[in-house]
Amino acid sequence: MRILVIEDDLEAQRYLVQGLKESGHVVDEAADGETGLSLALSRPYDVAIVDRMLPRLDGLKVVAEMREHSNSTPVLFLSALSEVDDRVKGLKAGGDDYLTKPYAFVELLARVDALMRRRSPVGVRTRLDVGDLELDLLSRAAKRSGTDIDLQPREFRLLEYLMRHAGQVVTRTMLLESVWEYHFDPQTNVIDVHISRLRAKIDKGFEAPLLHTVRGAGYMIRAH
Amino acid sequence: MRTKPSLYQTQAFRIVLVYVLLFAVSVSALLFFTYWNTRRTLDDQTDQIIEAEITGLREEYQHFGLPGLVETVRARTLHQGQAVYMLSDNRHHVLAGNLAFWPQVSEMGDVIEFDYERPVDSKLEARRARGRILLVPGDFMLLVAQDVHDRYLTERMFTTTLPWTVLLILVLGTAGGALIGRNMLRRLDAINRTSGEIIAGDLTRRVPLTGSGDEFDALSENLNRMLDRIERLMKGMREVTDSVAHDLRTPLNRLRNRLEESVARLNANGSQAGEIERAITETDQLIATFNALLLIAETDAGTTRAAMSPLDLGEVAADVAELYEPFAEEKKVSLAVASGPPAGVEGNRSLIAQALANLVDNAIKYTPAGGKVRICTAITGEGVDLSVSDTGPGIALADRLRVVERFVRLEASRSSPGTGLGLSLVAAVAHYHKAELVLEDNVSSGAPSGLTAVLRFPKTAMRVLPGVTLKSAAE
Repeated sequence: MRILVIEDDLEAQRYLVQGLKESGHVVDEAADGETGLSLALSRPYDVAIVDRMLPRLDGLKVVAEMREHSNSTPVLFLSALSEVDDRVKGLKAGGDDYLTKPYAFVELLARVDALMRRRSPVGVRTRLDVGDLELDLLSRAAKRSGTDIDLQPREFRLLEYLMRHAGQVVTRTMLLESVWEYHFDPQTNVIDVHISRLRAKIDKGFEAPLLHTVRGAGYMIRAH
Repeated sequence: MRTKPSLYQTQAFRIVLVYVLLFAVSVSALLFFTYWNTRRTLDDQTDQIIEAEITGLREEYQHFGLPGLVETVRARTLHQGQAVYMLSDNRHHVLAGNLAFWPQVSEMGDVIEFDYERPVDSKLEARRARGRILLVPGDFMLLVAQDVHDRYLTERMFTTTLPWTVLLILVLGTAGGALIGRNMLRRLDAINRTSGEIIAGDLTRRVPLTGSGDEFDALSENLNRMLDRIERLMKGMREVTDSVAHDLRTPLNRLRNRLEESVARLNANGSQAGEIERAITETDQLIATFNALLLIAETDAGTTRAAMSPLDLGEVAADVAELYEPFAEEKKVSLAVASGPPAGVEGNRSLIAQALANLVDNAIKYTPAGGKVRICTAITGEGVDLSVSDTGPGIALADRLRVVERFVRLEASRSSPGTGLGLSLVAAVAHYHKAELVLEDNVSSGAPSGLTAVLRFPKTAMRVLPGVTLKSAAE
């Protein structure tokens, strides 16, 4: 996958590019907004990672320009600014996700993967499958090996999000943002308790577990 | 914000009204005095003429007796003038004079006024006269009077026009007052509206000037200068927070990156990276503290641009409770939400949810197994309360004010993890919403001990939620 990194902090840029390359991506980099914009407009990318504050052309303007030229590459904003309303500004300018510095690399990678997945939609899906676990999005029913699983509405949304990103690492923050729509860190890791409840419902009594904990990163649902 | 005053509440209207009343009273007094004085002077003149006539007639009578008197009266009434005479015997039989009938006189005072009729242009006309009745020896009566009809007409005009004049003054004055009041109200309204918008957070607004250079323009100009200054200061504050955030986060980011890199390298070599992983955890703790501090600073100073919208506190409570319910169950603490009718307030959902999450988090952590935590929304006389009650150890009265301060952690909680900023953040969020954070004893459900933390939103923050009115209207 091709990724464009526009970041003026060269140390952070080097680390980001190296990490992404090690994860098997092809990466182009730019250290200012103008160079970044011309790269973004001249080559097709699967994801662009754009720092919020850039020399020559501000990150917000880079993305606004991209959208102006009907370039729909998914954009992940990186920002060192204070967060409360900057996120809203970033998303309004055409960004697809927003990550505050300092970030954990696994968090960034998980979000990049999620953005790429969004890029290739398989049409409107009414059913999600992972192994023998099925989720019917219309009747809001979950089944594993033909056995009905009774889920609370929030548990359903949690499982739906995990299954839409089957095979990918999903971080706790991503779950909190997407399933609960909260953009803050609860002092206690409440997500873990929700996950263990969900796990008890979908994995208990079955031989092969589907919901896995990825140490130091988050969770992943996969068949094997 | 205060509601817009009605026209009749304006100072200008009240001042004008008082002035008009005083004016009406003084005009009436002045007119009445003039009337009274004029009438007195005219009456004096009339009375003097009558006295002179009487003196003349008395002399005639002394010299020539009754026939002389009759002769003189007849001679004097030959030409029609202002003078009115009548001489009659005790049966009102007229001997001489220019009156057809003896006038109806109620009393025989010193000076009397009476109505009489006299032909003018071959028609009889009712007129008024003023004079005296004298007794002439031999049981005769003599009336000597002067026609005062002109004075009488003037007087009538005076008494009928005076009330109308006062009424006109009152009506015109009140209308003028309303006009001035409305004008001033409009000017003040512009200032009030702008201040309201500025209080609501739009610091770019300015009070419009009319260009007339009057005292309102002077006031507006001063206000605008003040606003320029405040805006500059706020902008400076934001720039400082932004650059502090940027300048601290950038090196922290590099630090975290390097630590992660080291862990990866060590893991690849098969070495233990436990020490560095602990350093990463410490860094994350540092970042969390820094983020909390920055958020507190921003919300407390009101420099954050967090968007406000009408929201239902009951809904926020239900959401947060849902998030914490499994955690509470794991700690064997029961977590319940008691929501009354929809409690709409103007607020930032994320900030309020974060504040409530902090309170619920604390409550669950400090409540022993088997205890209860209750989230409550209630509409009170003063506004809306969002409260979290627990059955934990509570906070001693002396410590309650202190715990809201930054970094204060009570001895009992030093060993548990946390930044010590949780309650300060709640207080800052409360402050941002013009609400108040109150810590009280938990008195509900007969709990032996425990704390109730209340976010008290004022009445001014209350909002009618669009969906709610529809629902209640449909019921």
